[in-house]
Amino acid sequence: MIQVKLKVFRFDPEKGDIKPRYDKFTVEADPTDKVLDLLHRVKWEQDGTLSFRRSCSHGICGSCAMKINGANMLACEANLKNFRDPTNITVEPLQSLSIFKDLVVDLTDFFKKYEIVKPYLINKTPPPATERLQSPEEHQLINESTWCIQCAACTTSCPSNWKNPQFLGPAALLKSYRYNFDSRDEGAYERMQILDNNDGVWRCHTIFNCVEACPKDINITWHISELKKKLVSREY
Amino acid sequence: MIVKHDVVIVGAGLAGLRCAIEASQNYDVAVLSKIFPTRSHSGAAQGGIAASLGNVEEDHIDWHFFDTVKGSDYLGDQDAIEFLVNDAHPAIYELEHMGVPFSRTPDGKINQRKFGGHTRNYGEKPVLRACFAADRTGHMMLHTLYDQCIKDNVRFYSEFYVMDILVKDGIVRGLVAYDMTGGHYVTIYAKVVMFGTGGYGRAFKITSNAHANTGDGLGIVLRAGLALEDMEFVQFHPTGVYRYGILVSEGARGEGAYLLNKDGERFMERYAPKLMELAPRDLTARSIQTEIDEGRGIEGKDYVHLDLRHLGEAKITERLPEIRSFCRKIVGIDPVVEPIPIQPTAHYSMGGIPVTVDGEVLADGKSQKVEGFYAAGECACVSVHGANRLGTNSQLECVVFGRRAGKAIVRFLTTNGVEKADLPEDLIKTSIERVEGIKMNEGDQKVGQLRQELQEVMMKKVGLFRDEQSLTEALEKVRELEERVKKIQIDDKGMQFNTDLTEALELDNLLHFAEIIVCGALNRKESRGAQYRRDYPKRDDQNWLKHTLAIRKDKKIEFDYKPVIITKFQPKERKY
Repeated sequence: MIQVKLKVFRFDPEKGDIKPRYDKFTVEADPTDKVLDLLHRVKWEQDGTLSFRRSCSHGICGSCAMKINGANMLACEANLKNFRDPTNITVEPLQSLSIFKDLVVDLTDFFKKYEIVKPYLINKTPPPATERLQSPEEHQLINESTWCIQCAACTTSCPSNWKNPQFLGPAALLKSYRYNFDSRDEGAYERMQILDNNDGVWRCHTIFNCVEACPKDINITWHISELKKKLVSREY
Repeated sequence: MIVKHDVVIVGAGLAGLRCAIEASQNYDVAVLSKIFPTRSHSGAAQGGIAASLGNVEEDHIDWHFFDTVKGSDYLGDQDAIEFLVNDAHPAIYELEHMGVPFSRTPDGKINQRKFGGHTRNYGEKPVLRACFAADRTGHMMLHTLYDQCIKDNVRFYSEFYVMDILVKDGIVRGLVAYDMTGGHYVTIYAKVVMFGTGGYGRAFKITSNAHANTGDGLGIVLRAGLALEDMEFVQFHPTGVYRYGILVSEGARGEGAYLLNKDGERFMERYAPKLMELAPRDLTARSIQTEIDEGRGIEGKDYVHLDLRHLGEAKITERLPEIRSFCRKIVGIDPVVEPIPIQPTAHYSMGGIPVTVDGEVLADGKSQKVEGFYAAGECACVSVHGANRLGTNSQLECVVFGRRAGKAIVRFLTTNGVEKADLPEDLIKTSIERVEGIKMNEGDQKVGQLRQELQEVMMKKVGLFRDEQSLTEALEKVRELEERVKKIQIDDKGMQFNTDLTEALELDNLLHFAEIIVCGALNRKESRGAQYRRDYPKRDDQNWLKHTLAIRKDKKIEFDYKPVIITKFQPKERKY
């Protein structure tokens, strides 16, 4: 067992907090514990008021994205053994969003952008009695983009998004790719109009922060570049 | 604050969203969820969804029908199972048309894999029946359905924790919820309430379930004076990651993974020579636990190995990428080069809210309907799984019966109009007072501690193997916890995103039905499906071919029973 000094961002406007602060907790931990385990131990044993989101605890629900030692990641996957100094951990909320309380950020804007890109299959041709056929190669084209869990780690790590909150951001653009490149979809034209402006794909300056932050190892920048290529070539 | 809708759905997993899509074609539908919709635990389902499409090899609806009945240890209601297997075809094609990115066969059809208990020709050998999207099938379906809901303008209330349903004189009038980000209580006034609130794996120490899976819907139903069915049947998934409980899909064994004990022996040969690793879950989980109990766990510890290595890196990467990913990140091993340490993990509740095949909730579990109240998915008991569910049948149940409930809701509103019955102010007041009471309560008990004690006793004494003594001890403990929970004190007295409060309410819900699980198991003096009694190791059709019903009246639990519906397949000895 090791002793971890856990520094946690705290802010509760309901209690009249005007500025955030950092609370320090000392937590007993196994060297392979996850940061989420530490947060739970604090909440259940030391301070019940500490607030954070979490659910599945194995990286598929996307609830617990937060900034840990300066980098966005899922707390449930943040294995202590992967930190240079596992005895000093700092936990902060995702950057650039307003805060409800402690580590709980307001994701309203994030999901509004998601809805803007028409994130659903558009196909006006009546479907056949069985499945629409799609070759494994056609499926492969969208496969990686479907891994997204909407955790917001990418968009909140994007400097273009910090500077221009109107920017749709990597998560919404990735979703747009997911349907635009689906062989069963007929909606690329309508979706591309939404992307072809300064708050759309052209705001992406290929900084690759999103790729680094993505817990599902999706090469988001590549997908955005494919959207740009499609726009330039007018192949939709 | 009061908000009005025609239909309000609680829970944004597969059942709730599928129902929302159906009902929103005609009516104003709202979906409440205590977490954001795409965080729902349906998204953690990995291996597949069953339908006898026959895309890869010969298969028939009737084979699926038989497998499900046999898998249920003959406790499943065969009228409902017939709907499950028949509707599977249109339900899955509809999902595909909505855009679910299924894995494909070389000729472009939905690909299918093997799964436990699904067989060719009434038990001959495993059959390719589970439609899949690598090992992220649930994730793909959940996200696609959410996307469709956006298209259909379904109104979402995310991070609304539902406290109580408002039922008066047998008629639903809406519900009371805690708006976590808004920081206040809200009444949703509706003609129809539909529950897709999921399961309660978090009643157990080792579970594949998310922290959110605390069976809130079941606690709410009991408080409303309604019945629960077959709660003693809790499924333990054979392959949870050792100590973590994280699910490793049966799809891994469907692709050919082996179960090995400390001698490197494929021990399933001794328990299910025909289906081996693809025997149904109850049997496989007990076999693993027997190996462990008899000292054949790896290094004498409480786990055996799930070995994927012989499948090769290419196949693992293509078919089981998510499993590989969390094994590397969370467990710290790579299944391409090392076997995965696994142990049985609490996974699924076969029991739940008794409903008709159209999802209509039955107040007494038998014939008396609650007007305007529907349920589907894991929280409901229709019952298609009986005493043991087959893998891939739960996602199918969500989609098929969520869809059926949606259609039934549309029929109900078309016939009866959307005019609502009066709002019962007294019930709203009682609900808020109860929650405020828990929030402001003073005492020396902590939520985390009580929950941990509950999880430990349920795991140890109400798990894979049960007997009179273990269950009696568990009952004593659960009753002690029911007393101690009255003395809990939480730290957070605020209204803004108070998860200290919601965790206390979740614990209260868990304790509402934990006693019913224990007593149901204690009453049922036989072994059937997931319920295994060491002191009654045989199935007893003479006395126990019936469903358990339980109601809480004045703190006391009353038990009743109802017959199983058998239409085609008469009970036979169950061998694999």
